[in-house]
Amino acid sequence: MTLYSVIFYAVSAVIVAATAVAITRRNPIHAVVYLVVSFIGSGILFFLLGAPFLAAVEIIIYAGAIMVLFLFVVMMFRIEKIEPRGYPWRQWGPALLGGVLFLSVLGLAAFRDSSGGEALEMGMVSPAALGRFVFEKYWLAIEMISLLLFLGLLAAIHLGKGPQDKTEPEDDA
Amino acid sequence: MIVPYSHVLILAAVIFFLGLVCVIARRNLIMTLIGIEVMMNGAAIAFIASGLRWHQLEGQAFVLFIIGVAAVEVSVGLAMIVGAYRRSGSADADTYHSLKW
Repeated sequence: MTLYSVIFYAVSAVIVAATAVAITRRNPIHAVVYLVVSFIGSGILFFLLGAPFLAAVEIIIYAGAIMVLFLFVVMMFRIEKIEPRGYPWRQWGPALLGGVLFLSVLGLAAFRDSSGGEALEMGMVSPAALGRFVFEKYWLAIEMISLLLFLGLLAAIHLGKGPQDKTEPEDDA
Repeated sequence: MIVPYSHVLILAAVIFFLGLVCVIARRNLIMTLIGIEVMMNGAAIAFIASGLRWHQLEGQAFVLFIIGVAAVEVSVGLAMIVGAYRRSGSADADTYHSLKW
């Protein structure tokens, strides 16, 4: 039990607890704030597993940008109308059934692997090495991601314009 | 790192499980998107641990792509939810049963 494994188990406990609290909140704003905790924990985990660049990206993009986007959208809604019926209990049965099935299959796969019990070695990939690797072997995928981001921007603008642009065409010029 | 690979996989599976339960059980569309985010996070943890175990850089490269896809998916999904909320006045998944806007 070294210091690193103590940190790992503590951070995993925080992540699982924060996520479990987040998905059961009735108010989406509380859920988003708990998820920020969960994603910051994931960033620490990425750092422990040897990915400092991805740890920074996780905190900047996931905990920073995506969750703040969620917060903005939640603020656009009227909060008292957001979930009038609370928890639909008859949906928890199928959810738990599918989830437990998935969990048991993956747990079986993880524990049947004979070499999975030995400890991982420490390793660290510098951001420069990762960038060099990605742009040498996966430059096409990077270009596709950038195109996808552009299409996402277009789709968000188009969908967010709303239905009233036919009646008042001068309004959004 | 003294942690076995299977423990990291179990952690990723638990996080994915929580996201799956959130997607299926919650009716609010925003909570559904949050569940998808949680599932992508679990997948990213599994990718990074696999990359560390087999000493391949592909694990980390694909987490980069996962984060990019997640950003696009969230922005388009939230725009669709906002548009649907404007038309129907509710963020409840059960109120959308017609394709005609």
